[in-house]
Amino acid sequence: MRIQKFGGRRRAIALAGVASTALVLGACADTNDGSGGDGGNAEAFEIDCSAYDEFGDLDGTTVNLYTTIVEPESESQQASYKPFEDCTGVTVAYEGSREMEAQLPVRVQAGNPPDIAILPQPGLLNTLVTEYDAVLPAPSQVEANVDEFWSEDWKAYGTVDGTFYAAPLGSNVKSFVWYSPSMFADAGYEIPQTWDDLLALTATIAEGNEGAARPWCAGVESGDATGWPATDWIEDAVLRSAGPDVYDQWYTHEIPFNDPQIIDAFDMVDEILRNPDYVNGGLGGVDSIATASWTDAGYPILTGDCWMHRAANFYATQWPEGTEVGPDGDVYAFYLPALSTDEKPTLVAGEFIAAFTDRPEVQAFQTYLSSSDWANAKAVATPNGGWVSANNGLDLDNLASDFDKLSGEILADPATIARFDGSDLMPAAVGTDSFWSGMTEWFASGESTQKVVDGIEKSWP
Amino acid sequence: MTSAAPTTESVRPTSGLGNRARKARKALSNPWASTLAVVIAVIWTVPTVGLLVTSFRPELDIRTSGWWTVFGSALQGEGVFSLQNYETALFGSSTNMIDFFVNSFVVTLPAVFIPITIALLAAYGFAWIDFKGRDVLFIAVFALQIVPIQITLVPLLSAYVSLGINGTFWTIWLSHSIFALPLAIFLLHNFMKEVPRSLVEAARVDGAGHVKIFFTVMMPLLTPAIAAFGIFQFLWVWNDLLVALVMGDLRTFPLTVRIAELAGSRGGDWHVLSAGAFISMVVPVIVFLALQRYFVRGMLAGAVKG
Repeated sequence: MRIQKFGGRRRAIALAGVASTALVLGACADTNDGSGGDGGNAEAFEIDCSAYDEFGDLDGTTVNLYTTIVEPESESQQASYKPFEDCTGVTVAYEGSREMEAQLPVRVQAGNPPDIAILPQPGLLNTLVTEYDAVLPAPSQVEANVDEFWSEDWKAYGTVDGTFYAAPLGSNVKSFVWYSPSMFADAGYEIPQTWDDLLALTATIAEGNEGAARPWCAGVESGDATGWPATDWIEDAVLRSAGPDVYDQWYTHEIPFNDPQIIDAFDMVDEILRNPDYVNGGLGGVDSIATASWTDAGYPILTGDCWMHRAANFYATQWPEGTEVGPDGDVYAFYLPALSTDEKPTLVAGEFIAAFTDRPEVQAFQTYLSSSDWANAKAVATPNGGWVSANNGLDLDNLASDFDKLSGEILADPATIARFDGSDLMPAAVGTDSFWSGMTEWFASGESTQKVVDGIEKSWP
Repeated sequence: MTSAAPTTESVRPTSGLGNRARKARKALSNPWASTLAVVIAVIWTVPTVGLLVTSFRPELDIRTSGWWTVFGSALQGEGVFSLQNYETALFGSSTNMIDFFVNSFVVTLPAVFIPITIALLAAYGFAWIDFKGRDVLFIAVFALQIVPIQITLVPLLSAYVSLGINGTFWTIWLSHSIFALPLAIFLLHNFMKEVPRSLVEAARVDGAGHVKIFFTVMMPLLTPAIAAFGIFQFLWVWNDLLVALVMGDLRTFPLTVRIAELAGSRGGDWHVLSAGAFISMVVPVIVFLALQRYFVRGMLAGAVKG
């Protein structure tokens, strides 16, 4: 409703010039926002409006956006669109739903798709393209932006059968281990630089186990997606033990899921997560990994029952209110080390922009979202942090927190070999089904690795 | 219910009802039955009580310990309750909760009114007007209850899109009406059948037509039945998420959609859901308490006859 109010007002004052429009809108936003939250000052970021001249006069038009991003993260998303809205007079009607991944195919089938959808994983893009033929190829301006600001790998994730459809939007870095800097400092522990260091540190901590305290805590419960945090563990291990080439063959099924190299990776994880001396800090035994909620599984770090928790950068926003995330705060994260210090394989994930209509305002908005302008506007509009992008036009100084800067540095580091979350790239029958349930079984009933990987291999369509 | 007298003949419904009431009273006043009923009631209420207690606990407590621990902590004089969850659920968003409340009413009231109106007319037709193929048609309507609503979602939505009414409240009202009608017609038909034939015949002898009979004979007798089905449908529509989500859009989303989003993009804020659930529950609870005697009576009477 608020969005529409803006539209009406905007038309009336369009002649008053961009600057005053921004002022009035800013005032509107302030009075309407109520609780405020972490959005709102994107007006501070200025973009070059001439980039959108080629799309003609867009004033008064509306673009419908459908996404999984709901409050509170949606506030900074919407704030990041303001520079574009101010430039062009386009209104972005934002609809966030947690059920978006299920609803989008329904709407597409019923002939009622949104203009633009933010897809949380490439697998959904693949489904929409191959099964419903619904997504339109990206316009040339978007492709030019992506060629300029994103690496080949990222572009490939938005490509299906040689056609480029979807520009990447935000990025997540998954290869992080959360810890308490003060606990480490008090005990005199160093941040491990190699996998062997990590194992040595784990063993050292385990010697001093008291009560429920363990070196690691983990939890994979996530409603109907239970199991996914464990797939990230395995993917990180494959990247480290077998390398990116094998990783690519693995998710494309050039090698079977029960290949010995994959079993090696399972063993790497097995050594930590299925060792009762190492897990599950403050939460119970090995089997409690299957039932602990992933959103809370790192909390024992705050009570001192757990030392390390491997989770993605977006776990930064999961900590309870009042937890300080920073090198000197309550919790911080280090890069999950590789076998040696001269390689830096990193597991990443991200969102993609798919368009279902090709009106000029939709293409203009797509172009904006794929630009470095958007990435910087989003960084400025997220004062509380918890967001980063692999867009190389992103100025890391615009990122709000030390932790986001760390994520940004890892993404921008030329030594980083980034690979997308494999379960998002595998066919749905594996990536969002048997891989999840297999991992859950692995923890819950102590199933043998061989049996689990054989079962997942069998389910590959 | 199983002990109710088999009143196959609709000629003597009054004695049947009296007989049934007597048996029911006898069965229900049995002390063992009463104890069992209380035990079942307690067991069924525990989760709700737990949810209520949870909704008043601070976030970290919810995540780290069970709701039953509050009683111990409260005895030790610790502050274990907070209104934070309600504050977050009600005001922790840029969109006002009131908008969704209003939408819920706008969605629910017509979605109750429309099917009841149509079903009353249809039920009267099936019960008291003789026409060719009546039984076949009635069985067909009854059988429609078998169709799961999930398989109708995509076809219905495409139909709405091609009609151009998509994005309005009509899609939701129509969908709920469509899904409600088979059961509504069946239940109200059974009520109408229970009205003594002699009453209707007397009215007819006095010169009343179908319209007159419907309004002056049937309607007063059917008030409990209408109220019963009204509550039933009200609760169903008020609590519905599926239809609202699939058929609706930003302007029509009711409270349930907002509650579902409370957990946050990655489900990390699930502790707010308990408060959201109770906010959403307030209206149905009021409606149910106000009309519950009709609910029980209506359900029993309608269900016994086939």
